[in-house]
Amino acid sequence: MNWTVIGIWLGALLSLSLYSFLYKDNPFYKFAEHLFVGMSAGYWVIYTIMNVLIPNWWNNLVPAEGGMQPIWLIPGVLGLFMVLRVVPKLSGLSRFSLALIVGTGAGLSMTAMFQTNALAQVNGTIIALGQGGGWFDWVSNLILVAGVVCGLVYFFFSKAHTGVIGGAANVGITLLMVAFGASFGYTVMARISLLIGQTQFLLFDWLPTMGIHL
Amino acid sequence: MRLAIPLAITFVAGMIMILQFFVPATQSMGESLQEWYMIVASFAIFLGSVNLLYVHTHRIRFKGRNWKYSPVTIIGFAAMIITGLVFGIEQGKPFDYMFTQMMVPMGATMFSLLAFFVASAAFRAFRASNWRATLLLISAFVVMLGRVPIGAMIWGRIPLISEWIMQVPNLAGQRAVMIGAAMGMVATSLRMIFGIERSYLGGAD
Repeated sequence: MNWTVIGIWLGALLSLSLYSFLYKDNPFYKFAEHLFVGMSAGYWVIYTIMNVLIPNWWNNLVPAEGGMQPIWLIPGVLGLFMVLRVVPKLSGLSRFSLALIVGTGAGLSMTAMFQTNALAQVNGTIIALGQGGGWFDWVSNLILVAGVVCGLVYFFFSKAHTGVIGGAANVGITLLMVAFGASFGYTVMARISLLIGQTQFLLFDWLPTMGIHL
Repeated sequence: MRLAIPLAITFVAGMIMILQFFVPATQSMGESLQEWYMIVASFAIFLGSVNLLYVHTHRIRFKGRNWKYSPVTIIGFAAMIITGLVFGIEQGKPFDYMFTQMMVPMGATMFSLLAFFVASAAFRAFRASNWRATLLLISAFVVMLGRVPIGAMIWGRIPLISEWIMQVPNLAGQRAVMIGAAMGMVATSLRMIFGIERSYLGGAD
């Protein structure tokens, strides 16, 4: 049995079932959609067990060199508390797990993410306007610096957007619209490249299994 | 007590994470806590899976909407779990085969379907109602055109303009959003650490 060909057929039939939604909702689409949901959930469970829980928890709890490290029972118990959320009488225990997740996440956001998402961005924006040499670089640098400042002014709601603040906010929203347009265009192109990839798969991988060569 | 202990855990965990950034002596404690965080958070996938199975078994039992497809979800879920646990996840094993031959094409198809819906949504949203919407439309159009060969065929500078839009106005806008979001994140984190924001505990006061 040629498992490669079977795999190509499985992928092609499931892809065509999903694309059939472009015509209208139908049983083939629903079948593939439900299968995708179930398989994805199963995949992430196994991925979590094999790549997170075994190396980070189990191997610390029961090290290869022998003995048991009881301290590592705590995250396991807290994880179990999280799952107990589905048992109405014990669902309150999940608060302990959530508290640890929220507290640690908040602490991380305060430091590491603030450093990368705010301070590093500010640092990258403090540039000499003449950097690059020519007049075009000067204008580009000015747009970059003024754009960041005006964008931030637009997000500053503690002061009414009138006068100078209003003008800066207007420049900010204009630049944000250009940025959103660019991001939108970029996202569309990413989706279209996936569409091209899938079309190529159907035309150049699947059709040849039926003897049709384009 | 119902709230005091979780609030205390949040406070201690949050403070350890902040301190480990500034006080080297607390760094190992912070690293251990990060590992615990990863372990506990990863258990959420089991919660989600239990919920998924509950929803679909419930749907089959009471013959809810589209109940005939629920066994497909359950079988797909079970197939991945069983093959993963029994045969392992290495390359060439059934789990990897199902992932590469079924899940990857389905995922790519699902996301590529969005190209059609994004196009139709864009058509409706971009009916340039004001000059800023027009600007958004032009920006998106130039970026798209600059990334395909036909753009350069129309005018050689279109790819350069597209690159400039990405590198200058887009970067400025994204930075403003990122910095603004980071400020909001700091404020929300402080509210959580000091127990002012408690909605994650079920909205209890």
